[in-house]
Amino acid sequence: MPSGKESGAPNDPAIAVRNLRVQYGQREILHGINFEAQAGETLVILGGSGSGKSTLLRTLVGLEKPSGGELWIRGKNFASMPENERKDLRKKMGMSFQGGALFGSMTVGENVALPLREHTPLDESTIEIVMRLKLDQVGLSGFEDYMPAQLSGGMKKRAAIARALAMDPEILFFDEPSAGLDPIIAAGIDELILKLKKAFRITILVVTHELASAFLIADRMILLDKGHIVANETPESIQKSREPRVRQFLDRIPEPEVAGEIDYLQMLTGESPPLRR
Amino acid sequence: MPFAEDIGAATIDGLAYVGGLARLTGGAARAVFAAPLGGRKLKWTRAVHQAMSVGVEAIPIVSLISFFVGTILALQGAYELRRLGALQLVASAVAISMTRELGPLMTAIVVIGRSGSAFAAEIGTMKVNEEIDALETMALEPINFLVAPKFLAMLLMMPCLTTWADFMGVLGGGLFGVTNAGFTWGTYMNATLSALVLRDIMTGLVKSVMFGLVITAVGCQEGFATGLGSEQVGRSTTSAVVKSIFMVIAVDLVFTAIFYFTAPQ
Repeated sequence: MPSGKESGAPNDPAIAVRNLRVQYGQREILHGINFEAQAGETLVILGGSGSGKSTLLRTLVGLEKPSGGELWIRGKNFASMPENERKDLRKKMGMSFQGGALFGSMTVGENVALPLREHTPLDESTIEIVMRLKLDQVGLSGFEDYMPAQLSGGMKKRAAIARALAMDPEILFFDEPSAGLDPIIAAGIDELILKLKKAFRITILVVTHELASAFLIADRMILLDKGHIVANETPESIQKSREPRVRQFLDRIPEPEVAGEIDYLQMLTGESPPLRR
Repeated sequence: MPFAEDIGAATIDGLAYVGGLARLTGGAARAVFAAPLGGRKLKWTRAVHQAMSVGVEAIPIVSLISFFVGTILALQGAYELRRLGALQLVASAVAISMTRELGPLMTAIVVIGRSGSAFAAEIGTMKVNEEIDALETMALEPINFLVAPKFLAMLLMMPCLTTWADFMGVLGGGLFGVTNAGFTWGTYMNATLSALVLRDIMTGLVKSVMFGLVITAVGCQEGFATGLGSEQVGRSTTSAVVKSIFMVIAVDLVFTAIFYFTAPQ
């Protein structure tokens, strides 16, 4: 990959978040988050609906602006860097969206080839080879001429992962990789994440609420609750945690009572309105 | 003074909306005209694809509508001209109304219905499916990637379609002229050509370009403003059509006034 600017020092964490706050309008979603992800680490962010985990992910990839605090990616301040540097950095980050977010007007192959066509000077035959390679890595070889609408949910996710891998990213983000999939297909996606982790040693950050999948892939887990981090530990130590919020989440104990009208509505709708603009 | 406050707030909203349109148009113009100078390649294939759907595929419906409008103009004009004993002026009446006003306007209305709505629906669906977010995370500017090709296609196709609509309108008027006003096709065309000056056609084409910009900007802006949920796409599409029609007519008024007051006496 042609690296534009020199990267941060090698021992800088891949992601460092300092007192990060995000708000939509008057409502603060994340109330000062602190954590780091080391290069090559697989970090799983767990949390229930409305915990702010999706907002955190959107902020990390630059889709939301923090209202306070700092976000360092590979030793560089992501929020305050100039637009063109941020673009260069984004080319080294891959994101797999919950629903895939494949471009419906393009074939699977064109989807995967798009970042290469737009960002690299590679010629068409090389792009073709890289595209087939990426599809092969996610187990979708032979599907390059299919339209996204012709694929099943699990295949869409795999194709989206192939697109996220296209630029050989150093950090890979997953939004709910196994949501909406049957257990077998979901296990296949977990397997794929593990394979990527072993093969490329990339930093992987997964947002999920699927406990089984989280314990399978995580090097470290962060549990978010109502915009605060309540645990940041290895899977083994989080299993033994005595912290009530952690136990409640891991042992799947329902909320004892509904605190207020807003919380009740959030519980009913399963998310925090307004989630996005 | 809640009433004055409401007016103030509505005015600010209106200005902000027009500001948004200008920002979108400016961004697209930069991507189309400035970026290639800086060595960035322009995506011609996407623009050509858009030009096909915006322009070429609109030819049948634009032809039919402008032909009918030309005939209607001739009929309506003849109703008054006949009483003055000036039925031979029907050719120039049709020619001038088509080129200066109805050619560009009817084309714009058809393009709003076909393409302005499609822009809003396309971008709105992409927004709902997180495809716009995906573009951003891939370091691709949605404006460069989605708006610029549409902008370029409209800029090229609107004057072409309008010229064609002018011609079809004249033919539509000719149908009445030949069958009811004592013209032959030859004399009707001669009467049309001698009635028109270049300014008539040029002012119409300038308007058509402006309409194209307005339709692209409103369609795309409404698409980007789509909220969550697929029913929102329908809302954006409707809103794109209604706002485009209004904006096109407002722009038409402004430009017609400018052309009137700057016309050589």
